[in-house]
Amino acid sequence: MTPERPVPFRGGGFAPRRRRFVALAAFAVLLGAWELAGRGGWISPIFLPRPGTILGALGDLVRSGALAEHLGASLFRIAAGWTLGSALGFAAGLAIGLFSLARSAGIPIVSALFPIPKIALLPLMILWLGIGEASKVATIALGVFFPTVIAVYAAVDAVPRNLIRMAQSFGVPPAAILRKVVLPGAWPAILSGFRITASIALILVVSAEMIGAQRGIGQFVLQAGNLMIPEDLLAGIVVLSALGLGIGALIGTIERATTRWR
Amino acid sequence: MDLVVSGVGHAYGALPVLEGIDLHVASGEIVAVLGPSGCGKSTLLGIAGGLIEPGAGAVRLRGEAPPRCLNALTYVFQDFALLPWRDVAANVALPLEHHGLGRAEIARRVDVALERIGLAEFRGAWPRQLSGGMRQRVGIARALVVEPAVLLMDEPLSALDAQTRDLLLEDLIALWRATRFTALYVTHNLAEALRLAHRVVVLSRRPGRVREVVEVPFDPDARGTPEANAALARIQERLWGLIRDEARDAEREILAHDA
Repeated sequence: MTPERPVPFRGGGFAPRRRRFVALAAFAVLLGAWELAGRGGWISPIFLPRPGTILGALGDLVRSGALAEHLGASLFRIAAGWTLGSALGFAAGLAIGLFSLARSAGIPIVSALFPIPKIALLPLMILWLGIGEASKVATIALGVFFPTVIAVYAAVDAVPRNLIRMAQSFGVPPAAILRKVVLPGAWPAILSGFRITASIALILVVSAEMIGAQRGIGQFVLQAGNLMIPEDLLAGIVVLSALGLGIGALIGTIERATTRWR
Repeated sequence: MDLVVSGVGHAYGALPVLEGIDLHVASGEIVAVLGPSGCGKSTLLGIAGGLIEPGAGAVRLRGEAPPRCLNALTYVFQDFALLPWRDVAANVALPLEHHGLGRAEIARRVDVALERIGLAEFRGAWPRQLSGGMRQRVGIARALVVEPAVLLMDEPLSALDAQTRDLLLEDLIALWRATRFTALYVTHNLAEALRLAHRVVVLSRRPGRVREVVEVPFDPDARGTPEANAALARIQERLWGLIRDEARDAEREILAHDA
C-alpha cells in the first residue's frame, strides 16, 4: 500500500494584526502594576509618583488655571512657529520641486543647514530677536522649515510624471496642472511631512521654554523638577503626551477626510 | 484632419532612436506602428502629440478640425493615466475644465462619453475600484470627450489580460464604425494591429526607420469573413517575418552591448 501522510500547514505567522482590546488591556495592566507598586512602597514617590497622584496633580493644575495658562502659551508658540515654518517650507519645497533654478540653488543650501540641531540656534535667535516670544517662534519655525522643504519637494518629485504628461497632452494650463495634478498627487506625502514637523515643533517648544520662558509646559516641567515636585513634573509630561497625541489625531482626521480616494 | 509626419528624427543624448520617419495618417484611418522593443515607437507618438520635441523634422495637421474638437491630438495611454483622487466622471471632465464650458455642459459631455463607452453607471467610482479594462475605457472616454481630430494610442491594450484585450478591441472597432475616428496606434501586438488598422507601419530596430508599410485590404468591421481571414493570415505571416528579424537583431545588439 502506498504510504500517505497529511501535508502540514506551514503558512502561519508573519502577519501581525492590531487588536484594540489587547492595547487597552496592556495599558490597564501597566498602570495597575505601577499604582500597586507605588501603594506597596516598592517605588519611592520621590522618584516615580503613582498614576493616582499624578492624576490628582493634573486635577489641581486644571482647577487652579495654571494648566490653561501654560498650555495656552505653548500652543500659541507651536501654532505660530509651525504655521510660519510650514508656509515658508511649503513654498520653498514647491519651488525646488518645480523649477530647475530653485532646485539647483535650494537643495545644497537645505542639505547644508538641515543637520544643524535647531535648538542650538535659540541663543542666536535671542540675540537677534530678544528673549520674548519672537525668538521661540523663530526657533520652532526654523526647525519646521527644513523638514517641510524636504517633504514637499520629495512629494512633488514622487507625483507620477505620466499624470503631468497626460494633463499637458490635453492642453491643461500649467497653473491648473499644479492645482489639479501636482498638489493632489503630492498631498499624502506632504501630510506625512506635517506629522513629522508637528512632533519637531513640540520638541522645540519644550526645549525653548526650558531655556528661557516665564510660562509654557516646558517651563512648568523644568520648574517642577527644580522644586522637587515629581507629580507636577509628570503631570506636565502627561499633558505633553496628550498634546502630541491630539496633534497626531488632528492630522489623521485631515488625512482621512482629504484622501478618501486611497 | 490628416496627421503628417515629415523626416522626423530623434536622439536621447548620443543615442539615436528615430531617423527620417515619414508618415501620413489620413482622416478616418487607423495606422498601426509596429516594431521591436526600443525602436522608438513611443518616442514617435510623443513627438506626434507635441510632448517630445523632435531632433529633426516636423509634425503637421492638415485640414480642418472637427467642429466641436477641443484637443486635436489626444492620447490614450498604456497605463491609463487616470487621476486616482478623481472619480470616473471627474477624470473624464478634466480636459473640458479649461475651455470655459459651463458645469451643465461639462456634465452633459461627460455623460455622453461615458454612455458611449458603457461606463455610465460607474461615473462615481474611484479608479482603484475599477478593473484594468474599465480603467482603460475611462481613458478612452476621456479622449473622446474632447472630440479629437486624431487619437494617439500608445499600446492601449498591452496592460490588459487577453480576454479584456479582445473585448476592448471589439469596442474600439464598434467605436470606429460609429465615429470613423483617426488614429496612430502604437503596439507590439501583431494580431491587434491587423484587427484594427488600415495600414501597418513596421519600424526597424533602433534607430527606428520605416522598414515597410503594409496595407490591410479590409475595413476593421469587415474582417472576420473566411476571405478576409485568409488574406490577413498571409499579411500576418509576412509582417511576422519582418518583425522577427528586427527583434532578433535588436536582441543581439543588446546582448553585445551588455557584454
